[in-house]
Amino acid sequence: MTGASELPGEPVPLGGRHANKVVDSVATALEPLRDGMTILVGGFGLSGNPEALIRGVVERGVKELTLVSNNAGNLGKGLATWLRAGIIKKVVCSYIGNNEDLHTRMASKAVEVEIVPQGTLAERMRAAGAGIPAFFTPTGVGTVVEDGKETREIDGRRYILERALAGDVALVRAQTSDHFGNLRFWRTARNFNPVMATAAKLAIVECDSLVEDGAIAPDDVHLPGIFVHRILHVPEHENAFEYRTVRPR
Amino acid sequence: MTYSTEDMARRAAREIPAGSIVNLGIGLPTQVADHLPSGHAWLQSENGLLGMGPFPFEGDEDPNLINAGKQTVTVLPGGSTFDSASSFAMIRGGHVDLAILGAMQVSAGGDLANWAVPGGKTMGIGGAMDLASGCRRVIVLMQHTTKKHEFKLVQKCDYPLTATRVVSLVITELGSFEPTGHGFRIIELAPGVTRETAEGATGAPLVDA
Repeated sequence: MTGASELPGEPVPLGGRHANKVVDSVATALEPLRDGMTILVGGFGLSGNPEALIRGVVERGVKELTLVSNNAGNLGKGLATWLRAGIIKKVVCSYIGNNEDLHTRMASKAVEVEIVPQGTLAERMRAAGAGIPAFFTPTGVGTVVEDGKETREIDGRRYILERALAGDVALVRAQTSDHFGNLRFWRTARNFNPVMATAAKLAIVECDSLVEDGAIAPDDVHLPGIFVHRILHVPEHENAFEYRTVRPR
Repeated sequence: MTYSTEDMARRAAREIPAGSIVNLGIGLPTQVADHLPSGHAWLQSENGLLGMGPFPFEGDEDPNLINAGKQTVTVLPGGSTFDSASSFAMIRGGHVDLAILGAMQVSAGGDLANWAVPGGKTMGIGGAMDLASGCRRVIVLMQHTTKKHEFKLVQKCDYPLTATRVVSLVITELGSFEPTGHGFRIIELAPGVTRETAEGATGAPLVDA
């Protein structure tokens, strides 16, 4: 009995995935994408978005994608371009807000939308990355989130059973990566990026800065390179503002 | 006379003990921060920030340092940033002392409805359900009735629920009110607001403190 045949889904080949991870083009980075895949994309609103990879997926020409993202873009930017390109079949997100590209496609049923509480969304991916198939949570008890799900009372409180959420591919934005894929993030651009990397069979990272192995001290690594499979160095980003709020000096 | 929105925010700030970890919801609850003495409490923002400071000075804004409402903010000395799973471990694990949230309806039993209007555009859940069921205390800061004068403090919510039996205090322009199960206990009324005025604006019985 081999271990790999016990795992659900497509077996991932053993070993060999942690050499020569740095790729030199968006096209090479995204070559493994196929129609119908589930793609996890980091970012909170337009902050911490893997901008070049997001653009590259539209150019790559894949379609019928399931997109997992907290917001699925906004203001016509970021993942809203996937909606406009018509390459998404389903969106799993926590918040739509004023993302009109998603509102119109949800209303016309062009795109199926699953709205998940934000903490449950993060935890479902954390669980997937940690080999936990499902977990109990009080979030959503007594609400529409509970509909159709198993519940259990534990020590006098009711909980919902939520399933792990895994991806075929994660697109991740980091501030700094070394050649092994040890990552550091910047401020609130971290958000869903690390947990999505852990939850996907293949994690593709877009980093602002690429450094030699050893340049990041081991204690300063935010996400170890074991969770990263392809690295693309993209020095320039738009980093769009959604709401620029300031106070006078 | 009723409380102004500034009075409401100031009243809510009084509910925050020194040394608390607090999450402020989008909209009016955000203004509570303006009434906290420096160093009084640590503000948590669920997109991955603890020790959130005020809006940046013009020219210092960073699109990758934002709050959960996607507004540019700052981080105070002692603050930290982290990923979404850690952030919600703080919230869902009961490490956040208090959430001050907006609402569409609150029931006499403390049920909260604040994420969707029936028949309206679905804005999404965001962190609302996690905050409402995970934080140790939930206070609602909202207008007492809708713009069409419909009740928002009600016997039973008919809007989609965010969480059940979680709200411990409702602060409105008319005063502050505690869900008791059968009605709302009047903690105090705003200066000049009569009991009759509050009763006429509330969809459940009011009881005296």
